Amino acid sequence: MNNSAIRISIWIYLAIFFAYLLGPLVIMSVTAFNSSEFPRATPWECLTFEWFSALFQDERILNGIKNSIIIGFGTIVLSVSMGLAGALMLTQIWPKLRATYYTIIIAPILIPGVVLGISTLVFWDRVNRMLGLGADSFLSSGLFLTVIGQSTFIASYCMLVLVARLQRYEIVQTEAALDLGATHAQAFRKVMLPFMRPAIASAAVLAFLASFENYNTTTFTFGEYPTLTIELAQKVRYGITPAISALAFIIVVLTVFAAVANEANIKRKELAAAARRGETTVGQVSGGGIRLPRFLAGNSAAVLLVILCIGTITVVGTATAYSPDQCVADIREQKRLEADERIQELRRKRDEENIRKFKGVFDPEDIAPEEEAAPATGGNDSGFGGVFDPNALSGQEESEAPSTEGNDSGFGGVFDPNSLSSE
Amino acid sequence: MSAGVGVDLENIWIRFGDFVAVRDANVNINGGDFFSFLGPSGCGKTTILRAVSGFLEPSEGNVLIGGQNMQGFGPNKRPTALIFQNLALFPLMKVWENITFSLEIKGASSAERRKRADELLDMIALPGQGDKLPSELSGGQKQRVAIARALCAEPDVLLLDEPLSALDLKLRQHMRTELREIQQRVGITFIYITHDQGEALTMSDDIAVMKAGVIDQIADGRTIYNDPSTAFCASFVGENNVFRGKVKKVSGDHAMISTNRSGDLMARISTANQGKMKEGDDAMMFIRPEALALAPEGAQGDHFVTAQVTNEEFEGNSFNIFMEGDGGKEIKVSLPNLGQSFDSHRGQPMTLEYEVDNAVVVPAGELATE
Repeated sequence: MNNSAIRISIWIYLAIFFAYLLGPLVIMSVTAFNSSEFPRATPWECLTFEWFSALFQDERILNGIKNSIIIGFGTIVLSVSMGLAGALMLTQIWPKLRATYYTIIIAPILIPGVVLGISTLVFWDRVNRMLGLGADSFLSSGLFLTVIGQSTFIASYCMLVLVARLQRYEIVQTEAALDLGATHAQAFRKVMLPFMRPAIASAAVLAFLASFENYNTTTFTFGEYPTLTIELAQKVRYGITPAISALAFIIVVLTVFAAVANEANIKRKELAAAARRGETTVGQVSGGGIRLPRFLAGNSAAVLLVILCIGTITVVGTATAYSPDQCVADIREQKRLEADERIQELRRKRDEENIRKFKGVFDPEDIAPEEEAAPATGGNDSGFGGVFDPNALSGQEESEAPSTEGNDSGFGGVFDPNSLSSE
Repeated sequence: MSAGVGVDLENIWIRFGDFVAVRDANVNINGGDFFSFLGPSGCGKTTILRAVSGFLEPSEGNVLIGGQNMQGFGPNKRPTALIFQNLALFPLMKVWENITFSLEIKGASSAERRKRADELLDMIALPGQGDKLPSELSGGQKQRVAIARALCAEPDVLLLDEPLSALDLKLRQHMRTELREIQQRVGITFIYITHDQGEALTMSDDIAVMKAGVIDQIADGRTIYNDPSTAFCASFVGENNVFRGKVKKVSGDHAMISTNRSGDLMARISTANQGKMKEGDDAMMFIRPEALALAPEGAQGDHFVTAQVTNEEFEGNSFNIFMEGDGGKEIKVSLPNLGQSFDSHRGQPMTLEYEVDNAVVVPAGELATE
């Protein structure tokens, strides 16, 4: 009894944990398919893929992605090589200096990114001037500065990853290679690097991701090469569209895809190794390309991968054939009707109010012509936007309603481009 | 016979800070010999090997390989190949890639490498195992792959750093014979490092016995066993019974020793010390357990030892008798089991005799600690 209660509470805990962890991603992904002008999951309007095409037509976002990828690869090259050099140094340095050296090399991680960004900018600007180069020189290029700036601390992450692997490296391996006639360079390339390869791959992925998501260092160094994070941050100022959700969705899918593919690959290697130890021959397992069912057997990750692939193809196929125009038109029509209805209601309420207010003061007949004027001001073509309209005062609370009603997000419709027109 | 390349160590000193790891080593190794450095751990034998292979430069003195001074030559420039204590196979390379690593360095084609690997795999009796990873091999197989990898580099001198120490006893004994066979087949110089005297004695042409950085004796196995030059050699190589005393009289190559416990005993002065021992010198006399035989009870003379029996055991091929000995050490007697009857003498005195030539006298010195 008690046991099962614990088990249930563990499941509940896990559910809450994963909801907390993945919930925002799921909501965000859902909003990418909603035709609503603002990223939101409810109310659901129409299934649409237009945000994906909007995304691929947004020059700034695309340019940001391109810059992010270029900078990401630059950072990989610089950070991994600096990290590897730092890690090698750490294992070979005089033991008494090791702790000090470690502290120094780790310090950039502890320094705020903003500081790194500013100092990179200031330092390289100074170098640039000392060399007598102009403002358009390579040293003041946004790409160069961003790669350098990000690598200052990403290299430390890489070093930590590489040191962990390097500690398991037996130096006698290098000695053996030397003894067999290899030069130091050959021993490094043919013996140590292959050993380090998994860690180098991890470090490269880490470096790329850290570079891709970096904002606070980049914001000082990007120059004329804004990265994706910079573009997104700038967009937020003017209101975002679900195209951002579409981008997020693509990134999430790519991540999941990579993770599952990796898992499937590990599993495949395990199975191959098990088969090699066991009676089954290697060919039976590694020939997975031909005997697909065999390759999938016992490899749940591979099954998932295949399902994911099929799912992606299906979605893309549907997207090219699917047109939400009818639904969007319907929704627009419906919205218009709702808005009209509200306006009507508003007008009616206002009339009633006016009638109530002015009853006894004026003759109801006197109010009638003024009433005619009210819709005109509702159209709002006066320079003062109806501020001086006495009716606007009384109707103010209600007049806000139509825009806020359709928009229960925390931004209060600030970002909604519709809020401008619907007013 | 000696077609291989010789190795000469001339006045080698190796220091680490204040610590002297090797003290004035002089060794001449004939080409094509199987030469062993034998000594307890920490005696500097691995250090010597690293100096020969080029991983460290001696503080003083020269290493000559084939008559050429190797000073300034790195390990990749010397005609040596080292088999490491932990073998140091490359874990990510397949067996054939491991074996032919030296060819890869030289830029040989893959087909060429495979061919050579197959030849070597046949030689080490592992045909068809080339595509395995080292982790999929047993200890003895790894051992042989390491040998093949070293031989593939076609070194003039093969250096082996206690390569058998990680193997179990059976395999170790098997590998001894195998190593010796391989050495005779390829005909190159082997320099072998071990602390196991059995390995050294069975495989080597010559052995250098080392103690704390000093080479005590260089000779073939039989000489080292029968005619040790120092107390350390006598006690380190094989089992030996020690009798401490003083030289009473020297006559030719024999000496009368007045021992502390067993009276005056006659023994042969070891070859290296003949003419160097005088009356009154502190001396040690060594008699092997198998050189002692039962004598009529109470027999007296310069080659009889009488002592109290403390323990007896039957070891299959021999009866072992332990008697009260000198300096807290027991005297061990090994009587071959030839089917004779054997009466227990436990707690009683027993008299033994030996051939005078089988007892060796050396100057008193430090004994090997077990």
